[in-house]
Amino acid sequence: MKADNSFKTFALSIVWPWLFLFALLPFGLVVIASFMGHNESNLLALPATSQNYSQLINPLYLLIFEKSFFIAGIATLSCLILGYPFAYIIARMQNRWKNFFILLVIIPFWTSSLIRTYALIAIIKAKGILNTLLISLGLIDQPFSILFTNSAVIIGLVYTLLPFMILPILTNVERLDTRLIDAAHDLGASRFTTFARVIIPLTMPGIIAGCILVFLPAMTIFYIPDILGGAKSILLGNLIQNQFITAQNWPMGAAVSTMLTVVLAALLLIYAWVNRGSKKREWL
Amino acid sequence: MKLNSFPSSLYLSLVYIFFYLPILVLIIYSFNNTQYSLIWHGFTWHWYHELFSDGALWNSTWHSFFLGITAATLATLIGSLAAVCLYRYRFFGKQFLNGLVFILILSPEIVSGASLLILFTLLQLRLGFLSLLLSHISFCIPFVIVTAYSRLVSFDKNIFEAARDLGANDWTIFFRIIFPLLWPALFAGWLLSFTLSLDDVIISYFVAGPEFQLLPLQIYFMVRAGVKPEINALCTVLFSLTFVLIVISQLILRKKT
Repeated sequence: MKADNSFKTFALSIVWPWLFLFALLPFGLVVIASFMGHNESNLLALPATSQNYSQLINPLYLLIFEKSFFIAGIATLSCLILGYPFAYIIARMQNRWKNFFILLVIIPFWTSSLIRTYALIAIIKAKGILNTLLISLGLIDQPFSILFTNSAVIIGLVYTLLPFMILPILTNVERLDTRLIDAAHDLGASRFTTFARVIIPLTMPGIIAGCILVFLPAMTIFYIPDILGGAKSILLGNLIQNQFITAQNWPMGAAVSTMLTVVLAALLLIYAWVNRGSKKREWL
Repeated sequence: MKLNSFPSSLYLSLVYIFFYLPILVLIIYSFNNTQYSLIWHGFTWHWYHELFSDGALWNSTWHSFFLGITAATLATLIGSLAAVCLYRYRFFGKQFLNGLVFILILSPEIVSGASLLILFTLLQLRLGFLSLLLSHISFCIPFVIVTAYSRLVSFDKNIFEAARDLGANDWTIFFRIIFPLLWPALFAGWLLSFTLSLDDVIISYFVAGPEFQLLPLQIYFMVRAGVKPEINALCTVLFSLTFVLIVISQLILRKKT
């Protein structure tokens, strides 16, 4: 019987053009735009130039890159330290409330991070809940202000991105073969040794997936530094936003975007290489 | 190892407090009868009245919903076709499509936003509803593909063989077998797309025009202008809505898998 391919042809002729036009082509345009100039009448203008990239080596831009990596790195590490035990405890739970507890993590995962960032202000501002609480407990006697500092940005990032660390680790721990832990104990491993030499290596894919999911957005969610960090805190996301919208310097913004994508892609490739052979993530 | 011990429970509670306290405070303040103070001044609906009488806000709410529903529906259609292709067929570039889905989910939103802005400018498309719609559909598609695909792989492939033997073509199989079996995943994918679209700030920030203002953008501008209790009320409404949608989509996904 001759196979009728009309459905397949139909489906593919929608999927491919769409992805080409709205995913591949735009990114190609960013790369092209990053090699162009601009003038008063045109947002993008020829001749082609590599000037935007040579400008990126400017200490000012390098500093922003460095600072973004640093802040995103601290946020990722904090999420890992905070999220790992949390994910582990929930994953090993064995009662009927488990699904409910997981749902309580999924809700912030899908809720607008803008709203959640905004909600943080009331907690961490000078006359906010945190200070009031600490003063009434007698732990401090002067309200301290973290709002509009780098710490506020880091707290904001941890707060909004923590679910992205917890969920992949949770899925990973759930699939862990508990007999391996018992075996380690039977063979005389201490709890610490079991944790460091058995549990951590086995959950490494989850840890790396979580770190990627936190680190990538942490560098580019421009509204978190914008709302919590005040004007001082310029990170990569703010830089791109600025170049495109305020400064109207598209080629520069495109160059920063391209650089960012290249760095992130390199990180992802390393991850794919480390993780080669293992099954694809299923938690998304 | 005993996990339901006291330290574990304490730790869980602390993290949940971290997650939910700010939102709870936000909700409580939206009913607080004062403009600036932290102290409780009595219950009021005032900020909600203020909110609901704000014409511009209603306008952007309507825009956001209309955009979300349209984008989610079209993204679900295209995404489900892509998922079915990935599941059932061999075709040129299949591996590439597979990789592309994950790249699109992971790629920084700000780069997508900027790149779409360049595309629309070159195509001379006026920024407004259409540019937003095309962008939102595009960033929702990968999520629909992942949701639908993970359900498709749980199917018994023999069903398709049986249908084929009984004379069904691919169209019949899609509409009479795949679609009915897949609909919980498609509905969940739709809800997730709708939520994503409703909450998106970064991409919309780049491709929105002055005539078609969206709710999250308006919240963003209001927050930047200063904290007002009206925003608390607005965020409470939006949070409650997202909350309901997520719970529904989770219930649907959990029930049949």
